[in-house]
Amino acid sequence: MKIAVTSTGKTLESAIDPRFGRAPYILIIESEDGELLEALDNAANSGAFRGAGIQAAKAVADRKVGVLLTGHCGPNAFSALEAAGVKVGTEQKGTALDAIERFKKNEIVFAAKPNAEAHW
Amino acid sequence: MIVAVASGKGGTGKTTVATSLALALGSRSQILDCDVEEPNCHILLKPEITESYPVNLPVPSVDKEKCSLCGKCGEVCQFSAIVLIGQTVLTFPELCHGCGACSILCPERAIQEVPRRLGVIEMGFVKDVEFVQGRIRIGEAMSPPLIREVKTRINKDKVAILDAPPGASCPVITTVKNSDFVIMVTEPTPFGLNDLEIAVEAIEDLGIPMGVVINRCDIGDSDSKDYCARKGLPLLMEIPNHRKIAEGYARGVPLVESMPEYVDKFLNMSDCILNNKH
Repeated sequence: MKIAVTSTGKTLESAIDPRFGRAPYILIIESEDGELLEALDNAANSGAFRGAGIQAAKAVADRKVGVLLTGHCGPNAFSALEAAGVKVGTEQKGTALDAIERFKKNEIVFAAKPNAEAHW
Repeated sequence: MIVAVASGKGGTGKTTVATSLALALGSRSQILDCDVEEPNCHILLKPEITESYPVNLPVPSVDKEKCSLCGKCGEVCQFSAIVLIGQTVLTFPELCHGCGACSILCPERAIQEVPRRLGVIEMGFVKDVEFVQGRIRIGEAMSPPLIREVKTRINKDKVAILDAPPGASCPVITTVKNSDFVIMVTEPTPFGLNDLEIAVEAIEDLGIPMGVVINRCDIGDSDSKDYCARKGLPLLMEIPNHRKIAEGYARGVPLVESMPEYVDKFLNMSDCILNNKH
């Protein structure tokens, strides 16, 4: 399954960025073997006036990602991800590798609702 | 002629100046309160409201049966208010600016426009001055569309005085755009000057001539006056901090009623502006 992790950098050892819509990179990872499929440059969204979460959700859904691991997810992004059937694991810390490990060990608790308020 | 009254800093006296200017000009003028988040011209003017109507913004509603998931709606939207995600189209009405592009471009004609309530327009009279105000729905983040609706009521045969919101962002620019002149009201303090400079910088890109009124001119320093001289901004009027004006204001009485000698001063200022003598 494809997993998306919001990241401060382009590699699996990069620290997770707690933001979803405005994270500098979104790493797309194959959960089976931990292969880094793509380091999506999210610069266009980082500077967006509004709608960053929605656009990031679309980018993730278009890549047929099944799970997003991040820190916070606002209400618009959450609705968009839910509509695309992407499960969201919030409050993730450490590196992308750490997050993948937790996923493989079934330690991720998936969010039932957004954990950030709407913001610009 | 359209004259906007702006400031930068809040509480400098925009509404005071706008309402007194309108009352001085009488039947020649029309006052339009464009501070739709907190209109308060009505407190000083106490207009008789004769007409009011709701204002809505058209936002998209998608007929899922007709939608072919082509995604064109999301591609054209600048505001992420409509997006194709997964196997469905989602709309986010609070982000929509009502441009109508998605609905026009949809090849399946699957998008209808439905109303999102922005606020109300209220119109009436105070003595022989025409009065218009907009009041935004509490919780609505987007005031420019309602401000634009207020401005559609401008009577081209009158001197239309627009009371602008404070600040220097979208609502202010939307108000002053296409005006013939902007009166900037300030107070002679570091706060007043700081915010005046910001607002002047925001508005000068529009190429509209500006002039300054220094309200409560005797409470502070001369830096604002020096700034006007340096920038070549005409100093239209200086109003001292008269106790009579303050007492009247606190009771909701316009300046030219507290001190009728000011009617002539406002008429002189309007003469300067209308006849380009600045």
